[in-house]
Amino acid sequence: MSSNTPSDKPSSALEISDLDVHYGPRRRRRQALRGVSLTVAPGETVGLIGETGSGKSTLARTVLGLVPATAGSIVVGGEDVTTYGRRRWRALRRRGVVQYVFQDPLRSLDPDLTVEESLSEPLLVRGVPRAEAAGRIRAHLDRVRLTEELLGRLPGALSGGQRQRVAVARALVTEPRVLILDEPVSALDSANRVQILEILKNLRADGVALVLISHDLGSVAGVADRIAVLYRGELVETGTAHDIVTNPQHPYTRLLLGSAPTLHGAPADRAERQALRALLHA
Amino acid sequence: MTPPTTQHTRSEQPGTATEPTAAPVLSVRDVHITDRASGREIVHGVSFDLTPGRTVGIVGESGSGKTLTCRAALGILPPHFEVTAGSIEIAGTDITTLTPARWTALRATTISAVFQDPASYLNPSIRVGAQIAEVLRVKTGLTRREARDRTLELLRAVHLRDPELVRVQYPHELSGGMLQRVLIAAAIAAGPRILIADEATTALDVTVQAEILDLLADLRERTGLALVVVSHDLAVVAQLCDEVLVLRHGEVVEQGPVRSVLHDPRHDYTRLLIAEHEQYGLERFRPAKEHA
Repeated sequence: MSSNTPSDKPSSALEISDLDVHYGPRRRRRQALRGVSLTVAPGETVGLIGETGSGKSTLARTVLGLVPATAGSIVVGGEDVTTYGRRRWRALRRRGVVQYVFQDPLRSLDPDLTVEESLSEPLLVRGVPRAEAAGRIRAHLDRVRLTEELLGRLPGALSGGQRQRVAVARALVTEPRVLILDEPVSALDSANRVQILEILKNLRADGVALVLISHDLGSVAGVADRIAVLYRGELVETGTAHDIVTNPQHPYTRLLLGSAPTLHGAPADRAERQALRALLHA
Repeated sequence: MTPPTTQHTRSEQPGTATEPTAAPVLSVRDVHITDRASGREIVHGVSFDLTPGRTVGIVGESGSGKTLTCRAALGILPPHFEVTAGSIEIAGTDITTLTPARWTALRATTISAVFQDPASYLNPSIRVGAQIAEVLRVKTGLTRREARDRTLELLRAVHLRDPELVRVQYPHELSGGMLQRVLIAAAIAAGPRILIADEATTALDVTVQAEILDLLADLRERTGLALVVVSHDLAVVAQLCDEVLVLRHGEVVEQGPVRSVLHDPRHDYTRLLIAEHEQYGLERFRPAKEHA
């Protein structure tokens, strides 16, 4: 309880140090994350890459206070939140310091609320007057390239790409320091992919720290400054997107890159992939 | 920015390896598919020929008509949908002449398919080995014991690590990648000549996707299987296919050998599919490779 006063200018938006997370009752306790350390600066975009069961969703849930950490610390916008109880976490989430966008935007959006209601809700619960909220959400629509005429629609009347952009706008209205997106493009077709990636790129200038979670390095490599590779609960490699793609060190990163289909021939051939798989399973 | 709707079809370019002599096992000729309920035509003319050991790729977003085209070739179009023009021939037989009984005989033994969600094609309360064995007994007339032995061979052929164990497991005990292998094993059990893989790797992790694509390439080389690979991702198709069709709103906007489509795309939509990889994907970090 010593140092949770927010400093004036935090150098990092999110600082995770030596994080351990366990699941399950004592007898069958399993470790989901082991010694994970990751720092994201304001305006920086980090791609968090891992396969099913690697712990990437657990990491996101821990940063949102939905799963307790068993060791290590989490500092959000200069505020040490590691020892926060349920109530303080809830208050923190209500302030919208950290926001999360689900892979399936239908899960982030209430199907019975119009776009306008969905976008205003996070502001109204914080006590922002209705008229002011209406003005503020319009400013955010522009950031995600949506027009005002969509405000009266229900999520069901939007295309997949529009829904995803509404979900991003809803996360942005509380001016979060950290925005975590789970598989931001994997459910979208090419045209919408490119559009969402462009929108995310532009958020950098606003100082939002972005964490893009994906199983597919290729889908976020184009907009991420840095890549962190999570494998079996551990960060096995972290580096600039360029270094990770052109000079991967860990066998899993090499397998990941060697597996990603590319237009002009795979960087690794079948035999190389087999050798890497054998190495990892040894 | 409305893309032109003209179709760019190229003939095989000189120097491209082709086998014009082999007879096609699947021949799709100007197929149109209409939704009878609404009276709307959904697929506006798809054509391709598939010869043994070759692979045709169909790329397009959801709703482009790629799955309908596949289902037409399998004779399993949803209710209301109908092939209203053009023809499909499987191993020389026009499918409009097929009775339900002939269709049943043809499926699995000549044409087979795997789809995106393997779990929904397996019975959750029957061990996976028994489900593959059933295909073998019904389609190839093997005895129980023969079917059991052959099932093990098939599970081994799709590179499952512990075939004896997998054989007696239930679908819920297996991962998505393992289930897709089981489905492929069932699909190839009766030795089909054509395998349609419709978004078969879309729901899988990238490393598992590569394993499944490697497996399909392996089967094609070993058995001369002809593949139709359907994906929303041009790179998946580029990795495996000889010829590619780009489908948009039911229309083939581009068609030709993969290499020439990649190097000289004629349609805006194809350019978008390429840009997605070159500007936002891994290709961004790699110098463009010149092909020989």
